[in-house]
Amino acid sequence: MQKILVGLKRVVDYNVRIRVKEDGSGVVTDGVKMSINPFDEIALEEALRIRERGDASEVIVVSIGEEDCQQQLRTGLAMGADRAILVQTDQPVDPLAAARTLLKLIEKEQPELVILGKQAIDDDCNQTGQMLAALWDRPQATFASQLELNGQQAKVTREVDAGLEVIEVDLPAVVTTDLRLNEPRYVKLPDIMKAKKKPLETLELSALIDDAAPYCAIGEHAAPPQRSRGVMVNNASELVDALRDKGLVN
Amino acid sequence: MNKVLIVAEHDGTTLNPSTPKCVTCAADIPNSEITIAVFADAPDDCAQQAAKLEGVAEVAAVARPENANQLAATLAPQLAALAADYDYLLAPSSTFGKDVLPRAAALLGVGQLSDIMEVIDARSFRRPIYAGNAIVTCSVAEGSKVVATVRVASYRAAPAGSNAAPINPVSLDVALPDHTRFVELRAGGGDRPDLQTARCVISGGRGVGSADNFKLIYDLAEKLGAGVGASRAAVDAGYVANDMQVGQTGKIIAPELYMAFGISGAIQHLTGIKDAGTIVAVNKDPEAPIFEIADIGLVGDLFEIIPELDQSLSG
Ligand SMILES: Cc1cc2nc3c(=O)[nH]c(=O)nc-3n(C[C@H](O)[C@H](O)[C@H](O)COP(=O)(O)OP(=O)(O)OC[C@H]3O[C@@H](n4cnc5c(N)ncnc54)[C@H](O)[C@@H]3O)c2cc1C
Repeated sequence: MQKILVGLKRVVDYNVRIRVKEDGSGVVTDGVKMSINPFDEIALEEALRIRERGDASEVIVVSIGEEDCQQQLRTGLAMGADRAILVQTDQPVDPLAAARTLLKLIEKEQPELVILGKQAIDDDCNQTGQMLAALWDRPQATFASQLELNGQQAKVTREVDAGLEVIEVDLPAVVTTDLRLNEPRYVKLPDIMKAKKKPLETLELSALIDDAAPYCAIGEHAAPPQRSRGVMVNNASELVDALRDKGLVN
Repeated sequence: MNKVLIVAEHDGTTLNPSTPKCVTCAADIPNSEITIAVFADAPDDCAQQAAKLEGVAEVAAVARPENANQLAATLAPQLAALAADYDYLLAPSSTFGKDVLPRAAALLGVGQLSDIMEVIDARSFRRPIYAGNAIVTCSVAEGSKVVATVRVASYRAAPAGSNAAPINPVSLDVALPDHTRFVELRAGGGDRPDLQTARCVISGGRGVGSADNFKLIYDLAEKLGAGVGASRAAVDAGYVANDMQVGQTGKIIAPELYMAFGISGAIQHLTGIKDAGTIVAVNKDPEAPIFEIADIGLVGDLFEIIPELDQSLSG
């Protein structure tokens, strides 16, 4: 296979405790650590492993968003991607707009495989891969925990509510990653230096798709109802008594 | 009148409990008229179950051999065709709904809302973001179809009452792709009560230590008629199957009683249990974050406490 395209979304790091702004206009992102969406890191790791096995020749990472997404693309290059594309916009990009944008890049780059994270941990939408596969009129294999390539086909094990589902898809296809697909590598310092020399192309979103108006208007943000600390008991029999008092056990 | 189409989730013979929960959400949409679509090779059984649900006006049964396995690639084009005449298209936010609905939305040329937890009015909804650490209000413009997955943990199931909605066979003239093929389904957790409907769920984390030790958790669950869940760390370590994972990227559950043994309480795990009635935590570390949200906490070694619980429950 020639090319694998991987999407990298810039998100608030998963370790950050999210706080809603006082005025309800969003969550606090000033001075907060930003990272590659964890599922996308897994997507990139998978693509790199495929290339390292000799089953692909080039891995391209793409990010859609503001200029700062370059940081995440540079990290992707340091992990081992060959080149990067930033589709720049200051507007919010919803999953349908992201899918339409990725489709434009696919038409240009003609990858045999597109690997995306199953969801971004900021908006938790879990839509982009499926929408892209629909617009591209190609197979989708979502929530992948195992990916096996056999020539023009891929066998994908998917984590579903009932267990593990195995499907076979013709390539080209879109695969979205679940957490157990692999464990991403750590970036080493010399790789960060090398990554600075790798190509990073910038395109304007408006040059690729005409109307990126979001599907829904996002209004007020609120903190979720908080659960508070309850009581502590000292031993198992006190615990059972407490549960019996609440009528939760016999 | 707001015409709502709900995609049924089923295994070929039984309607998944996620479907009646979607009905409850749909009933909150002002002036809704609810149709359930059952795609199957032989939809009769599931269609009959759907027709009994209170609030359902019609069941559309789409029989086709390709629908034997619920593949998004084959269902989405049929769903998009059927949904053309509806104002709303809903599916549960289970792995089934998450897989198929965005594909159908894109074919319809519209976006989607994921995990709606509250209907504010005909166009506005609330949904969680950032693993449930913020709740946002989203409004879909007038004139645009509303396509959404329903966060099933936020809704009670519509009762299967004396309703007898008409079941209409529908044939859709849609070409289906053959680029995606079902190979097999390997069921995981076994025949325990379903996590998403169980009244009580007992979960183990990394602290349980091994697949063998998980027997303690299973035995306690057996005694209480409970479902069994796990943290991601326990699944990653191979103690239990993936379908038992509770949390942001696993199952979001709302049992009356949730008991966590050897689970630290990472935000990604807590996301999955926020709607539980009573949360019990047993952990040997008094500083474990799970105690910050537990209704009843007990500091101690789970290997000592579980046998003691067993005794107290028998007594
Ligand atoms: C993108 C992303 C998504 C994620 N999604 C999920 C998800 O859906 N679900 C999920 O669970 N996690 C998820 N995680 C992982 C999460 O961050 C935590 O790593 C995980 O929940 C930890 O599992 P744990 O509590 O079992 O393990 P640990 O954090 O290691 O905690 C083990 C606990 O066991 C206690 N313990 C040890 N021995 C005993 C004993 N003998 N008796 C009593 N207590 C004992 C310890 O004190 C400790 O508190 C996700 C992470 C990321 C980055």
